[in-house]
This record gives sequence, structure tokens and C-alpha cells, in this order.
Amino acid sequence: MSLERPDTVDDGAVERTPDELEALLGDLVVDRDDHLNAPGFVIRPDTVQETLRTLKEQAGYDHLSVVSAQEYENRYESIYHLKKYDDPTQEVSIVVPADKDDPVSESAEPVFRTADWHEREAYDLIGIEYDDHPDLRRILLPETWQGHPLSMDYDKDRPQIATLPEHANPLEDHHKDAESDTMFLNIGPHHPATHGVLHLKTVLDGEQVADVEPDIGYLHRSEEQMAQSGTYRHQIMPYPDRWDYISAGLLNEWAYARAAEDLADIEVPEYAQVIRTMGAEMCRIAAHMLALATFALDINGDFTATFMYAINDRERVQNLLEDLTGQRLMFNYFRLGGVVWDLPEPREEFFSDTRDFLDQLPESIEEYHNLITSNEIFQMRTIDTGILPPEVAKNYGATGPVARGSGVDYDLRRDDPYGYYDELDWDVVTEDGCDNFSRLLVRMREVEESAKIIEQCVDLLEDWPEDERNIQANVPRTLRPDDDTEIYRAVEGAKGELGIYIRADGTDKPARFKIRSPCFSNLQTLPEMANGEYIPDVIAALGSLDVVLGEVDR
Amino acid sequence: MSSDQPFITDDSQVVTETRDARMTGQGDRFNSRLREAFGSSPFILTKFDKFLNWCRGSSMFMLQFGIACCSIEMMHTYAVKHDLDRFGSGVPRASPRQADVMIVPGTIVSKFAPRMKRVYDQMPEPKFVVGMGSCTISGGPFQEGYNVIKGAEEVIPIDIHVPGCPPRPEALVYGVVKLQERVANGEAAPVTVKPYELEEFSDLERDELVEKLTDQIDDDELVMRYNFADSP
Repeated sequence: MSLERPDTVDDGAVERTPDELEALLGDLVVDRDDHLNAPGFVIRPDTVQETLRTLKEQAGYDHLSVVSAQEYENRYESIYHLKKYDDPTQEVSIVVPADKDDPVSESAEPVFRTADWHEREAYDLIGIEYDDHPDLRRILLPETWQGHPLSMDYDKDRPQIATLPEHANPLEDHHKDAESDTMFLNIGPHHPATHGVLHLKTVLDGEQVADVEPDIGYLHRSEEQMAQSGTYRHQIMPYPDRWDYISAGLLNEWAYARAAEDLADIEVPEYAQVIRTMGAEMCRIAAHMLALATFALDINGDFTATFMYAINDRERVQNLLEDLTGQRLMFNYFRLGGVVWDLPEPREEFFSDTRDFLDQLPESIEEYHNLITSNEIFQMRTIDTGILPPEVAKNYGATGPVARGSGVDYDLRRDDPYGYYDELDWDVVTEDGCDNFSRLLVRMREVEESAKIIEQCVDLLEDWPEDERNIQANVPRTLRPDDDTEIYRAVEGAKGELGIYIRADGTDKPARFKIRSPCFSNLQTLPEMANGEYIPDVIAALGSLDVVLGEVDR
Repeated sequence: MSSDQPFITDDSQVVTETRDARMTGQGDRFNSRLREAFGSSPFILTKFDKFLNWCRGSSMFMLQFGIACCSIEMMHTYAVKHDLDRFGSGVPRASPRQADVMIVPGTIVSKFAPRMKRVYDQMPEPKFVVGMGSCTISGGPFQEGYNVIKGAEEVIPIDIHVPGCPPRPEALVYGVVKLQERVANGEAAPVTVKPYELEEFSDLERDELVEKLTDQIDDDELVMRYNFADSP
């Protein structure tokens, strides 16, 4: 609830030096391969589970952020980036090399449930096979895809054939199983309640959901490949806007900016950090407003009052963002080492517009509470539905409002400070309900916290001396980070921990660019929340997860 | 009532106040400048087709169809401030069977293309498509992507392209109004030759890839085949 960490520190949060960790792992460690953000231990591909279990149970590394896989000239490699929910600055990377000719590695799924999808993605795009994985199939590309597009010998020009088993009518006979008495129901990929192009394969037992399986990849636009073929300095920055496209552009840009700036050792001027912080929080308000609007839409039905009200508030904040960045949605405002231009002139007008927005915000929020959270029908639909216990949330690597709605006190803005956040006065919002209602409440209260941050930033910017308004650091025209430096850096995006893993190879383009999308991990929890519930509760649970498919599929 | 005028109703017996009030009120309630211009002869002479096209263009039902970033701007176009409904085309329908116009708001990737075609096929004729954003023109910023279809026109015919990444709501409104204009003028959608089409697997020529897949795929199954190298 506050910026101060709770005093009670259990054994899990005790920080260990890299050497202590190496001693803890003992014979499991074959080699060291440190990354810029964390110590890295190389292990044998058949000891993945043992290593991760040791780290999880004895050293408290309970958060598997991401599995980034890649291919080298002589080997394949999966990297497990581990963190602690209690203190995400304590990180460790487990590097698992696999044989070039027969890339097989042990699956981490029995230790961390979240590894399921991450390893499927690694198999899909890179081609590493995971032993002991419960369901190793393609996840983003069609089943019939030939080759692994991010591996080295992939031929981009060869034709592809994709079958259309999905064209089969789900009501045809072969989908009905007379014995088991269940019914198969397709939801999506074109469906108003799936927030984009998500496909839910649902098995119903009567009216209850026996099993729901999210089928993703309908918006897999090769974002990682696009980033790998762009230069660090300018060509990558436009793409982050399009990962989480619900106006969260600046938050995403910050993820790339943070990783690349730490990689190339660029210091950002304080003035630019304040502008970044302000812009990012405006984006968070806009993103949460849309989450609220579409969630109300899912619960209440057609385009109704709540939707229009929330869109109205979004329009207000988008006007401010347009004044600041020059664009409504795809801002492209950050640059490595700062921002592209200063606040719009006349500054006073921008400040007073921002203040006007902040002044009317409490009134709007009051209105939303009247319309939504105090509405009995809405409460019946959301309270105690879509339960996600905190331990399950952690096991799936859930972050952001989804984790905070389950009482997991995890916010990278406070726990792994960047920008200007640690200088400002604001609180991390958590709710203990673990249900759909709590997740919505977290978002609505976060809007108020964001407003507090913006207000302080405006005060700071207003009084900033005119000759110290330095918006960009000196950054070389071409960035060439040292060969074989690796970094994983994350920021708190609108949906949770948005991380970037970059491996530099001495050229001006990244050799591997891996995006850790919060929605990807959050969406994985859907079966936990929906199985055993009714169909409307599945829709409510999906709405409360607030996934954006551009970020899930990348 | 006299017997020599059997069919004349005695007016004094009928309550006419409400009827009269309605008849006098009607002129005011339904009147308009246009109606006044017609004066005492409220008839126009036109061709049936022209009249129908005018109706069609003035009342369009859009398909509620979100794909990617552009769908956010599309939602803004439907909602307050931009309010596409002012132009008689702002009621999104969730089912393709009730829709006339499909706005394609986003990047089409290999897995989604057949689904989009299926949704398009479900719409009743006459149907129109507005391609929103650069991705539907050429693949936009993702054109180089291994998984990206280089323009929605590879899958379905498109009437109006609205460029931008994403287009502003004003631009989409302009595109939709342009479409309405075209529909009202009776201009049909160009039938494009689609390089990318659904076909039965057994119809494909037996190249290396097809040979490799032969034992995995049923001959009767529909497949989509696309060649990234030959794409525009």
C-alpha cells in the first residue's frame, strides 16, 4: 500500500551474492556467463528442474520473468530470467545451452507453471525442444508452419501452407462426444468480448466450463524480428508503441529505452526523466480507462453509457498526449537518452490544460464508482468470480494489476525504481479480493495514483529553471554496444512487467531482441480462473485480465 | 339516420378531436425544408436503382471487428466526440450476418487471414470493405515480417483504403463517407484477383513442400497457400 516496504523480511528475500548462489547450486553450475543485470550460471540441459527448484525453494527466486531462447553459431541457448516478487532487483539468469544438431533441454514447467507457454514459444520460433514439457506444440504460428522463423537457417521466402481445420463447423458431428456429454464451443477469434483476435477453445459441461484453452497467435506480427532488423538509435523505437497499442505507447517505449540505455551506458537528464514520468502516467490513465470501458462493456452489454464516459476521459488525456508528442496513439516520443522535444509552447497553456484534466478527474472517478462499482448487478457478476489466489498468480508469473488484485505487492516503479518515480509521493495499490472486482478496483485506484504523479511532475516542470531544460543526453549517432553483452530490463507497463532482453553482437542492431510481455503471462492464468465457472464468468475473467493481443502475440 | 343516404356517417356522432389534432400536427412534426421545397406535389421521379443505392449509402451497418492498433481508433470513431453515427453508419453489429460494411482495422497475419475471409464470406451481399491503416494496404511497418500478409487485399477485395498508422478518427470518418458516396453512386467494389486463396490440398502442384506435408494433411482439407517472395 505504501512506498515503504514492509519490515518483515523472510528468508526468501535475503540477498545473496553471486558467489553464495554459486555455492548453493554447487555442482550444477558448469560455467559463469554474467549479464549486465544479473549473475548468469550456465548449467547442463538435463538439470534445469533441479537448478530452478533449488533457487525457488532455497533462495526465494519465485518469479520466472521470461524464457528467452536464441541460436548461436555453435549452440542453442535458453535463458531463464529469475527474480523475486519481494525484491525484483535481485535477479539471476540461468543459461541452458543445447546441442546445435539436436537441441533438447529439460522443461521448467514442473517448477514454474508459466514456463509452459514460454517454452512453447521458444520451440515455435527458435526450435528448441523441451523434454518433459506437458504440451509442446506451436503457439504463435499455424500448426503446419515449416521451419522456425528466428533460427539461423530459416528461409523467409519459401512458400507456406496452412491448413484450415478451424474452418470446420464446431457443431458438426465429430465435435460432439456422445459418451462424455460435453459440448465444444469456439469463442473468437472474431468476437466482441475477446478484446481483439483471441480464440478460446471452450469445453462445456452443461452450462459450466469444463476446460478453456486460449489459442493465440492471430496477431503475431513478428515484432521481435522487426526489432532485430532495426538499428538501436532510431529504428526500433516506433515498434514498442504497437505492442500494447491501448495508448500505453510511452510505457512501452520506456521498456526499450531503459534496456538500451543501460546496455549502451547512457545517462538520461533529470528533466527528461520528469517529462517521461509524466507522459508515461498519462498513458497509464488512458490505458486503464479503456480497460474500464471494455470491462463494463463485457459485463453490461452493448455500447453503453460507461463506455462512452470512459472514452470521453480517454479523449481528454489523449488530447494532452497529442499536445506533448504530436500523435494520438503511436507517440514515438522517447529517444535513447531523453525525449524528442520539449513540452509544447506555450508551456503555461499545457500546464493549465493538464491541471484542468486532473481537476475534473476525481469527479469522473466518482461517476464511475456510482455507475459501476456500486452497481449491484455489476457486483454480483464480478465479486467472487474469477478467483486467482496469490500463489497461483506468482506461479504463472502474473504481474501488474492482475497480481496486485490478488494481493501480490509488486510494482516495478517502486521496487526497481527508474525514471523519477522514487522522488515522488505516491502509493502502490493492492487489493486482497483476488477476484474480477478487485482487479477492476486496482485499476481505478491506480488512475488516482497516476494523477498524483502527474500533478507532482507538472509542479516540478513548471519551476524548472529555463537554462537547465536538457531533454536529451549526448548519444553517438550510431550505437554499437560491446559484443556479447546481454541485458534484461523491465518497466511497469500498463498491464504489468514489460521486459526486454537484448543481446548485442558488436553491430548497430541487436542480435536477439526478446520481449517479455505481461499479457502473455497474465492470459495464461485464464484457465485457472475460468474452469468450473459459467460462460459469462469466463468473459468477465478475460475482461478483468485486460489483455491486449498485440502484446500477447507480439 | 335516413334511408336514402345509407353510407354517410353522421359526423356529429364521431369523436374527431384527436384525429384532427394529429392531422394538423403531422405537418409540423414531419416537416422539413426539403419537404417544403416540394410544395403541394410531394413526388419525385427517380430510377429505382438510384433510390435504393441512396438508401443503402445512407444507412450502413458496420461489423464490430477489432484486429489491432487501428481498432482503438475505430472505437474512438464510433464513440463520443467523433460519433460516426452522425453519418448514418455508426451502429456496430457483432454478427457478420447483420453487417454491410467491414472495417479491417489492423495487421493480417497468416493465422488470421483465413478467419477474416470466413467472416467476410458470412456477410450478406451487397457488402463493402474499408481497409483501415497501412497494414491493410501493404503490411505497413510489419511488411518485412515473416508472418504478415502484405495487405488485406490479398485475402478480400477492398473498396476504400484509409492510409495512416493509425489513421486519425477524422480520416476514418472521411473514408467511410467516401464509401457512402460511392455506394450512393452505385459504384461497385473492384473485383480483385486474389493471389492468396483457399484451395483443396489435393489441387496443389506437388512441389517439395506439398510432398512433405502429404501424409500429414487430409486431401480434402482446405489449405491456404501463400508465397511471401511473390507477394507485392
